Amino acid sequence: MNEFDQMYREVILDHYRNPRGHGAMDDPDAEAEGMNPLCGDEVTIFVSLAEDGETIDDVKFSGRGCAISQAATSMLTEMVKGRSAIDVATLPKEELLEEIGIPLTPIRLKCALLGLGVLKVALHRAKGTPLPEEWAGLDDEFQVR
Amino acid sequence: MAVHAQPKLDARKLRGDFPILEQQIHGKPLAYLDSAVSAQKPRQVLDALRDFYETSYGNVHRGVYTLSERATEGYEGARQKIATFVNAPSPREIVFTRNATESINLVAYAWGLPTLGAGDLVVVTELEHHSNFVPWQYIAKRTGAGFRTIRLTDAGELDLDCLEEIATEGQVKVVAANYVSNALGTVNPVERLSAWAHEQGAIMVVDAAQAAPHRRVDVQALGCDFLAFSAHKMCGPTSVGALWGRHELLAKMEPFNLGGHMIRSVGLEDTTWGDVPAKFEAGTQPIAEAVGFGAAVDYLEEVGLEAIEQHEHELVAYALERMAEVPGITQYGPLPENRAGIVSFNLDGVHPHDVSQILDYEGVAIRAGHHCCQPLMKRLGVAATNRASFYLYTIPEEIDRLVDGLHKARKVFG
Ligand SMILES: Cc1ncc(COP(=O)(O)O)c(C=O)c1O
Repeated sequence: MNEFDQMYREVILDHYRNPRGHGAMDDPDAEAEGMNPLCGDEVTIFVSLAEDGETIDDVKFSGRGCAISQAATSMLTEMVKGRSAIDVATLPKEELLEEIGIPLTPIRLKCALLGLGVLKVALHRAKGTPLPEEWAGLDDEFQVR
Repeated sequence: MAVHAQPKLDARKLRGDFPILEQQIHGKPLAYLDSAVSAQKPRQVLDALRDFYETSYGNVHRGVYTLSERATEGYEGARQKIATFVNAPSPREIVFTRNATESINLVAYAWGLPTLGAGDLVVVTELEHHSNFVPWQYIAKRTGAGFRTIRLTDAGELDLDCLEEIATEGQVKVVAANYVSNALGTVNPVERLSAWAHEQGAIMVVDAAQAAPHRRVDVQALGCDFLAFSAHKMCGPTSVGALWGRHELLAKMEPFNLGGHMIRSVGLEDTTWGDVPAKFEAGTQPIAEAVGFGAAVDYLEEVGLEAIEQHEHELVAYALERMAEVPGITQYGPLPENRAGIVSFNLDGVHPHDVSQILDYEGVAIRAGHHCCQPLMKRLGVAATNRASFYLYTIPEEIDRLVDGLHKARKVFG
């Protein structure tokens, strides 16, 4: 596969065209909105937790942006459903990047990590815990609200 | 002023002067369509830099020895060339800076900060690059002056109808506008704005970063008071730019940076400033870069500014027409008659990042983003656009490849 086919491989395009978990949520347990100021990509994430208050029951997102940011966020929603909030709040970015599975330049890496960053901020806020060191400052960078 | 009455330039031949264009990107010949951000450098400029470093380099103004004299000659010679290039009445009116941004900041701080106050108005346009917007917004806030923007028509041109209303809202003290918009390519009526500014008793500051590389800029014909530009967009080196200012204004202004070289005498209690332009050139300057700037200006004069403008005009007309064939395209900006070699557009359903990524795989380099014009993006109602920009080395085949790439992007995302 050449680089082009890798970057725009079918699974990315499929997630971009048919994003999973696209939409909003009434009364979410965690919520945050962020953007990549470089290109104006925007993502808002909503999370509902199961009765145990720990397991992620559902994740939805809305937003607009490039194929990488939107497809990565769509993949993320599939990845984290059913996992514990703490797990996801501390999820290493490599796990998502492996799932995305395409070579990314530093600029596009930011696009790919936008959704994960916003999700982490949402979960840490809901739990009242600080962002892990590796992600510190992220809420500023992505202008998370 | 040397006027080269060259009716047409030969872009294919000129490309031979630019070593960087000889390479392949992702196995395709490089089509560099991002000259509005920065232009590539011809051998003539690279040689001038190397030659200066190899034979004439020393610090300027201070040494009594031969090398320092040579370096000073090179540096001051460049100032003279640049003065001639913009038809400045005197080379003393050219201040070397790091870039257009620093030139504008120099005026905003050294002229604006002590001059502006409550009841005064600073007027910019909705079309400004952040570098001619943010400094003025900031200085207006700091001094208590009002801040107004000249709005745009839907065609992406300045709506001068709003001037009358602005004038009723305070004492207009400064009007700052770009000559050519980097985001839309609009050529603004700077002469009219200068005349209006002077009627109001205001000064006119022109951001010529996108004009100086592409058309003849004549500060006397424009009637402005300050004019800012950067060498790197004009085939010259990075890290050097210029500010032209009317001598009587520069002479009255306070310094911007303080330190070595800008002084007349330093005592324990007090320091007096050197003459213009030394007063504004504190510390060791970008000496070799200034020499390279001079070589770039020589190169542009050799090719001919009128020929460059005409060449880009033809390219932009061709590009607008060819790109209109692409389904789902939205083009922004004025008709080709009133625009420089810049096209800004969006493809329905394909984010600008993806467009430029797909084009990169075709060897075509364009820019995606807000182009340092967030107020304009807001006015257009978009987060970002794609922008292709042309220069003296751009050939129509590169526009064809751009159009092919856009069709490909449509197919990928179709
Ligand atoms: C219209 C305009 N003004 C100012 C600038 C700033 O130039 P520089 O970054 O060289 O200071 C640019 C560069 O993009 C520009 O396009």
